[in-house]
Amino acid sequence: MYGTGIWRGLRVTLQHFLNTYIEDIRYGFRRHVPVEAFPERQGLEARGIFTVEYPEEKIATPERFRFIPFLVVENYDHPERPGHDWCTSCGICAKVCPPQCIWIVRSDDPETGRPIPEPEEFYIDIDICMNCGFCAEFCPFDAIKMDHDYELASYDRTSSHIYDKQRLSKEFRYWQSIAPTRAAEEAEARGGWEHKDVLKQKQREAKEKGKAAN
Amino acid sequence: MAEHAPTAESVTPTDEALNQLSARFGDAIQPDTREGFSGLIVQPDQLIAVATALRDDLGYDYLASATAVDYLGKGDHFEMVYHLCRTKGGPPLVVKAQTPRDVAALPSLVPVWPGAEFQEREAWDLMGIHFDGHPDLRRILMWEGFHGHPLRKDWKEAYYEQEQKPFDSRWPSGHVRRSEELVPYGKNVRYPDDFSPEDYENITDEAHSRIMSTLAPGVEIESNGTDRLTVNLGPQHPSTHGVFRMMVTLEGEEIIALKPVMGYLHRNHEKIGERNTFIQNMPFTDRLDYICSLSNNFGYALAVERLMALGARYQPPTYRAEVIRVLMAELTRIVNHIWAIGFLLNDLGAYFTPMMYVVIERELILDFFEAVTGSRMMCNYFRFGGVAADLPERIRSEATLLNDRVRDINTMEYLRDLINERLPRAIDQLDEYLTTSEIVTNRCIGVGVLSREDAIAMSAAGPVLRASGVPYDIRRADPYSIYPELEFDVACRTHGDVYDRYLIRLDELHQSLRICQQLLPRLADTEGEPIFAGRGGMYSPRVPAGEAYGRVENPKGELGYYVVSDGGQNPWRYHVRAPSFINLTPLEKMCLGHKVADVVAILGSIDIVLGETDR
Repeated sequence: MYGTGIWRGLRVTLQHFLNTYIEDIRYGFRRHVPVEAFPERQGLEARGIFTVEYPEEKIATPERFRFIPFLVVENYDHPERPGHDWCTSCGICAKVCPPQCIWIVRSDDPETGRPIPEPEEFYIDIDICMNCGFCAEFCPFDAIKMDHDYELASYDRTSSHIYDKQRLSKEFRYWQSIAPTRAAEEAEARGGWEHKDVLKQKQREAKEKGKAAN
Repeated sequence: MAEHAPTAESVTPTDEALNQLSARFGDAIQPDTREGFSGLIVQPDQLIAVATALRDDLGYDYLASATAVDYLGKGDHFEMVYHLCRTKGGPPLVVKAQTPRDVAALPSLVPVWPGAEFQEREAWDLMGIHFDGHPDLRRILMWEGFHGHPLRKDWKEAYYEQEQKPFDSRWPSGHVRRSEELVPYGKNVRYPDDFSPEDYENITDEAHSRIMSTLAPGVEIESNGTDRLTVNLGPQHPSTHGVFRMMVTLEGEEIIALKPVMGYLHRNHEKIGERNTFIQNMPFTDRLDYICSLSNNFGYALAVERLMALGARYQPPTYRAEVIRVLMAELTRIVNHIWAIGFLLNDLGAYFTPMMYVVIERELILDFFEAVTGSRMMCNYFRFGGVAADLPERIRSEATLLNDRVRDINTMEYLRDLINERLPRAIDQLDEYLTTSEIVTNRCIGVGVLSREDAIAMSAAGPVLRASGVPYDIRRADPYSIYPELEFDVACRTHGDVYDRYLIRLDELHQSLRICQQLLPRLADTEGEPIFAGRGGMYSPRVPAGEAYGRVENPKGELGYYVVSDGGQNPWRYHVRAPSFINLTPLEKMCLGHKVADVVAILGSIDIVLGETDR
């Protein structure tokens, strides 16, 4: 019969529309669904509106979410090396970067001319970055990680879209806060919460101490 | 990968073809004896005869891929590479024809396989090989004012910095510089010598009448006594799913000729790919068909793994990695078909309502992708010999200053809910409301018919091919990964109209769900097993010299990657056989005689993504 398709289609829309109001009554006409009811609204039994009203409501991003890298530095209240770079400027991230948006200036010791394991300058052109996450994946020192902050709109791309070392650096604590599971896994693989080189240094010292004791 | 290794008793397609044809053609056919290469090298003057024999006598009725390689400095010739298949299944036969770089001319194979039309135009456009006998040899992705042929090895682009990545300027003294500063704005355009942009008209009268006089044979248009009118549908048009243009000639409201014009989104993906190292191409494949990034990854990983398998130290992916790969590929298929059906309804005039309701389930799948791979659409998840990371134990997100809508769900529970409850429900709902709706049936049944013979001849792939009655699915025809041990049916319909292409997608949704349901116990069984056989996750794998063609059944059709390696860090040639691109070859055939409004539905039923069409 003609018209049934249209009628059935409209019925679906109407049902969703009414259910949205019924849900509203359940949550007491608050403008946005309360935090505790959020999983339910996106859950299996959800009826009515499904959308999340960005920017008033935001879904938290999962741990593996990747958006623009940042450089891990030692916590600013670290007893020995506050704010020290984890990066050793080995250049693997710059080499593996598909769009080649990472620029690193390696620092050299002014006296010996030998490279120091710390970058003098570190730039990422975020207009070019494609958020693939290779830099974080292949960094042997866990020194570059993908961020979760996706709200980066700005008024002028020419002046503000090349991030320098200062703009890129974030405390190690921040990485632990956005990705606790992975931070713990990585620490386990390294053998401790400190930087790889620090751990190695400690091991060496312990060994020497052991030798001295013998 | 074990099934791809040639065993002692099995005869490779190359040997079989040589045995059958060498008596007839003698020295005109030679096996390709280069290390790591395979297939037949055919003398150009015998190419059409050999191709006809292969098609008629040996049953290679389907031209899967045709592409050109520039061997500058390695013999200084162009090589045209054809991958031929039988629609009854089996591995492809590789046929090659060589021409010196300064001659750059080969006979066209369009008379044998009409599906070569766009692919040869592409080879002419990007590589500058002239095809004698091609009915309409124009540029296809570039415009007429483009200087040179960009895939030639001696062609340099405007922002050219260095032959291969990684660029030396980035490390250890990487003083940042914007690429725009290298070439001041506006000074980077070159035109061919005989071309002046001032005098350029998009289509000259002469060219126009030439294009439009090519009515397909057998089509007779009854005159309505109206003027012929040429209309541009697109490039900016909501029905074209992106920047795509159809030049349509109308007699009244009836279509009498249609030429697709593409390339607005062209970025020379293949040239970028040749400059990249092997692993660097992986995130670029995401951007081809951006709806199905995970299955794009799959094809590329397969191609490079086949190359790596030529070497000694390659270890194939573990079983768990294969299970995860197939799970991702099938979820991607569900995402794509849901999207395609939604958009088809959109094109039929139902506006966004059906689409928005099906997209709810797509969102949940994307949530899963985000938790596993780190991104909703640009997943970049496959690695050579495995995947980037195992499934996380929990889909969880921590509250930060940015947000408070926190989630913490067991991944396997989430997947089980999705696959066993939500997706079947959503797909049944689609079926219930759309399949018998008179909007769909009136607009779709009998519209845009593509016959079985035309579909094969014009190299249609995927749902378009199967809706025309050809049960050809690479997962069965040339199996890869763990598909041989999974139970599913190849969906096939016989009418070849828009409605059958809709039904095919619905059938495939059910089949994909069936596969996913079989994967759930496999996932549980392999929990905790490694995802790489060896060390895995290397950023500079050793890829021996040779060629490989990795093909997967993408939701839109056969997606093939033809990769040639010279043993270095970068692919020598990286070609993408894009289903969205080649599926447009039969578009004119399907549209002739129909009304303008039907073109929109027919294009919607092919389901193209311009990121892949234009590359």
